[in-house]
Amino acid sequence: MRSVEHNEGLAALSYADDFVPALLDPQRTAPTAVCGPNGKAARKRYNVYRNNVTVSLINALAAVFPATQRITGVDFFRAMARSHVRATPPASPLLFEYGREFPDFIERYEYAAQIPWLADVARIERAWLDAYHAADAEPLKPEALAAIAPERLADSVLTPHPSTRILRSRFPAVSIFASNRGDGPVGPIEAATSEDALVTRPGLEVIVRRLPPGGAVFLAHLAQGGALVAATAAAFEKSPQFDLSANIAGMIEAGAFSAIVHGD
Amino acid sequence: MNELTAHPDSHASGACRFPAHAIAGLAGTSFKHEHLPAILAAGRQHGFFEVHAENYMGAGGPPHDALTRIRRDHPVSLHGVCMSIGGPQPLDKAHLGRFKTLVERYEPALVSEHLAWSTHDTTFYNDLLPLPYTQATLGRVADHVDEVQQTIGRPILMENPSTYVLFAESTMSETAFLRELVRRTGCGLLLDINNVFVSATNHGYSALGYLADFPLEHVGEIHLAGHAEQSDDEGDLLLIDSHDGPVADAVWKLFDRVIGQTGPIPTLVEWDSAIPDWPVLKAEAAAAQAILDGYARGFIQGKAHAVG
Amino acid sequence: MSIRSTVNSAFLAGAVATALASAAAAAPLSPEQAKEAMDKGMEKCYGVAMAGQNDCAAGPGTTCQGTSTVDYQGNAWKFVDGGTCTTMDLPGDRMGSPEPLMRDVPS
Repeated sequence: MRSVEHNEGLAALSYADDFVPALLDPQRTAPTAVCGPNGKAARKRYNVYRNNVTVSLINALAAVFPATQRITGVDFFRAMARSHVRATPPASPLLFEYGREFPDFIERYEYAAQIPWLADVARIERAWLDAYHAADAEPLKPEALAAIAPERLADSVLTPHPSTRILRSRFPAVSIFASNRGDGPVGPIEAATSEDALVTRPGLEVIVRRLPPGGAVFLAHLAQGGALVAATAAAFEKSPQFDLSANIAGMIEAGAFSAIVHGD
Repeated sequence: MNELTAHPDSHASGACRFPAHAIAGLAGTSFKHEHLPAILAAGRQHGFFEVHAENYMGAGGPPHDALTRIRRDHPVSLHGVCMSIGGPQPLDKAHLGRFKTLVERYEPALVSEHLAWSTHDTTFYNDLLPLPYTQATLGRVADHVDEVQQTIGRPILMENPSTYVLFAESTMSETAFLRELVRRTGCGLLLDINNVFVSATNHGYSALGYLADFPLEHVGEIHLAGHAEQSDDEGDLLLIDSHDGPVADAVWKLFDRVIGQTGPIPTLVEWDSAIPDWPVLKAEAAAAQAILDGYARGFIQGKAHAVG
Repeated sequence: MSIRSTVNSAFLAGAVATALASAAAAAPLSPEQAKEAMDKGMEKCYGVAMAGQNDCAAGPGTTCQGTSTVDYQGNAWKFVDGGTCTTMDLPGDRMGSPEPLMRDVPS
């Protein structure tokens, strides 16, 4: 350690304390410690940093939430994102981690109150990016399930694939997400009023599926370590029309789990 | 080859995952995922690729698959953009750990970071923010560079920043600061010539004068990039380090002069915004390669500068 | 009849057998198979830029965005016009009354 320099005192190292308060607060004036050459003013110069911080973080949210932006239009989205950036700047240097609080912000954002399903679409987009960066793992093979003796199936426990995310919505969030995530035309959404989403990435491609009735309860139970029999019972309790074989086939196709552990 | 930037000799142990592709004398480009199909379709490129470390700090998925494919056939430069080495507060140990893991996983030919900061308290500002150049900041930055180098077990290259403001409290020039940083830590330097041109224009000094003061013998990599024009409070030209277009003619001229003086140094064309199709970026790298090759002959017979 | 008594081992085994019969053909690609597919034709996920990327560029030509004190969000409908939410026509849509909000209109 270089104690000599450190002994010069903390005042010499206060530049960051002075520099940051105005970065995300346009009401504050630029720090007095900075200037242009030969004593030139630095207001516009400091604004370059304000701008870089604000715009780059808005751009990061736009990249993570493209369907959300398409739904609201760019101007609305950027104004909404800027409010969020100023209220909740990132705490991690990894930008792909940013925006976790954005869906909740959207839910509270008064100007988005007339688009009550927007927050759930944003939640699917955030889950999409989590799945994209999740650890790689082999999805559960059908043979692994076939190898379990029938009398041990009830107590079997499944290990969720690292990419698996289950989201529940009161709105047709999956249909809205799907029709806005790309560039295709968006017409009337013909969908039931509520849709639950399953997000997986069994290989290199993230897949978002609409879950059948009871599917979200079933998968969430399993993902939390519940035994197959308990997950099935919970799903039936929630949705009497729950189709167990279809849901098991669906979870294997989706690659929602990576391993199966026999019950004890 | 600069011993500061040389690839650590891990190959004797057979522990390496990738071939050790030489980077000396090569031009390279930023690696962007949208270019991967074009790059793979074209086959192995004569050049290297640079990635921003933070984009590969996720657990898995397409980013790692893409970088693995690139690294298999090319030298890779790992460029950290948010270690916040220039900040007053201690380095983020978790981030440092992630950086070390990446260095071990991809065995990059070059590892670099910035003379700037981006995190303060618990907020990440996602910009390369400036610092005053004083004995106190020099001591702190040197500690941080030491810590990074000890953690990853190899020297790093520190990049000169582009800046828009100056600090009244600065007591030394940027070049003197960097020279002393090298002396204290044994780090190398990444000379960003676009940053030199941007800062020189913004602060009214001569880019050639800056380069004359710059410790070129410690440069292990050069960056070139495009910039944008705005104006300052007095209406004078203010350049922005935007990385969104081709390298400016003035920057090419400075690059030519530097290489004429030092001999070939691995040179990267950065393009981070308004990213063009692969052939456009590749053509920029080819222009840099032509300049490197043009001076290579004269530096083969021992005329090379200390690190070339 | 309780749900739990219905969900017994025989029921589970039957459902699994039915599921496997339909799932076997549709199981996801293993990472090896996916890589093989990639080598042959490139999956479409590579055609897109990474979301939430870190880089070291500055943003030109947008100086006002970092310093604007106006939330320019007042007339929400004016801004929403650029989006698809006005064309989706969702069941039970609450966007049926385009009354502009008049607060904080940018000056």
